[in-house]
Amino acid sequence: MDPLLITLAKALLLCLTLLGVFAYMTVIERRILARMQHRLGPNRVGPFGLLQPIADAIKSIFKEDIVVSAADRLIYFLAPFISITFALSAFGAIPAGPAGSLFGFDPWIMDLDIGLLYVFAATSIGVYGIFLGGWASNSKYALLGSLRSSAQLISYELGLGFSALTVLMIAGTLNLREIVELNVWSVSPLLWLPLAVAFFTFLISGIAEVNRTPFDLPEAEQEIVAGYLTEYSSIKWALFQMAEYVNMMTAAAVVSTLFLGGWRGPGFVDAFIPGMSEWPFIWLILKMAIFMFLFIWLRGTLPRFRYDQLMRFGWVYLFEIALGAALLAGAVIVFAG
Amino acid sequence: MYTNLLLMFLVAGFIGAAALVAGRLLGPKKAGVTKLAAYESGVPASGSARERFPVHFYLVAMLFIIFDIETAFFYPLAVKFKAAPAFLYANGIIFVLVLAIGYVYILKKGVLNWK
Repeated sequence: MDPLLITLAKALLLCLTLLGVFAYMTVIERRILARMQHRLGPNRVGPFGLLQPIADAIKSIFKEDIVVSAADRLIYFLAPFISITFALSAFGAIPAGPAGSLFGFDPWIMDLDIGLLYVFAATSIGVYGIFLGGWASNSKYALLGSLRSSAQLISYELGLGFSALTVLMIAGTLNLREIVELNVWSVSPLLWLPLAVAFFTFLISGIAEVNRTPFDLPEAEQEIVAGYLTEYSSIKWALFQMAEYVNMMTAAAVVSTLFLGGWRGPGFVDAFIPGMSEWPFIWLILKMAIFMFLFIWLRGTLPRFRYDQLMRFGWVYLFEIALGAALLAGAVIVFAG
Repeated sequence: MYTNLLLMFLVAGFIGAAALVAGRLLGPKKAGVTKLAAYESGVPASGSARERFPVHFYLVAMLFIIFDIETAFFYPLAVKFKAAPAFLYANGIIFVLVLAIGYVYILKKGVLNWK
């Protein structure tokens, strides 16, 4: 078969899967949050509320497409488009299993030598979606939300970048497939400390990058209504929500891939069923599910940062700790071989 | 390899564009002056939103460019680290020290104190 056709089919499959998971994540999140607050959550549409996302999707498509009269029309439509396009594309570089495990095809869209840089680049472009959306709306709350949001996102990108540095020094490659195949924890026990520190700083920066509690300042509804989303409704609003959830999934997948062995399972399962740790998809999905639950759990537990605390935390503590971990890893490699 | 990247962008872009067009075509259209006004907590909007904003945001953007380029310089160093660890580590330390001077300066200047 034509390799381009296969890639096209895989890309379509990936995008539709991500959107399907997004739809069910919304209802799962609402149900879990409700349980944490001693409520029931949505349980009327279908058994256990399982048809709720379909009802929501139909509603958002058939709602009136309102364009604020003072808005910059082109950019107003372009912003959600940018957000969703780059959120979906970022996922393509993440390997979900060993080569040839998807019915004889490779379970990734592209095997890039600059895989990690590509994921960072694609998710960073999402900032444009948020900023342009807030600016184009020509509403004060939207503009304030987008200013806050872009300042937050670019600040936490430093922590993200320096945390990844530890893994890169140990792995010596940016290719996500090779990072998984190497398994950074197996190199030397002396490197476990910097790796553990980098894992936590990466996770925290990742949560901040996807605007989740306690870093959900862009949408702090008590202060700035809904931030950059204030003037968005119907399908455009839904696209921003999709982008946010897809970014969450990408963050979960990147953390798993860099620090937790990606699509590989733990070694001890091979004692029960030989070769089980090499099964494609299930391990990555399991790890992502754990992180997604963690994101929801944090939202049900933690209050929000104040803005000055948020900026100080990102620029002073997170940045210095992540840089320290990278320098420590470098020292270990130099002096211990 | 990079054709795959282009295809991924095309598919993702197609989904975004299709959703926008579907929403535009299928939704009702009953516009009104108040409905299309910018939201300002229920009172009539006053003036434009595009006014002056705190200089802190501008400073953060400038600092980001400096420090993100620093990250970008570190990546090739990290990827090729095993080739000459001691030499590259010394280089990295010197680079960090140079940037640390600027970093301490902005901290002492209070650029990151949002008050």
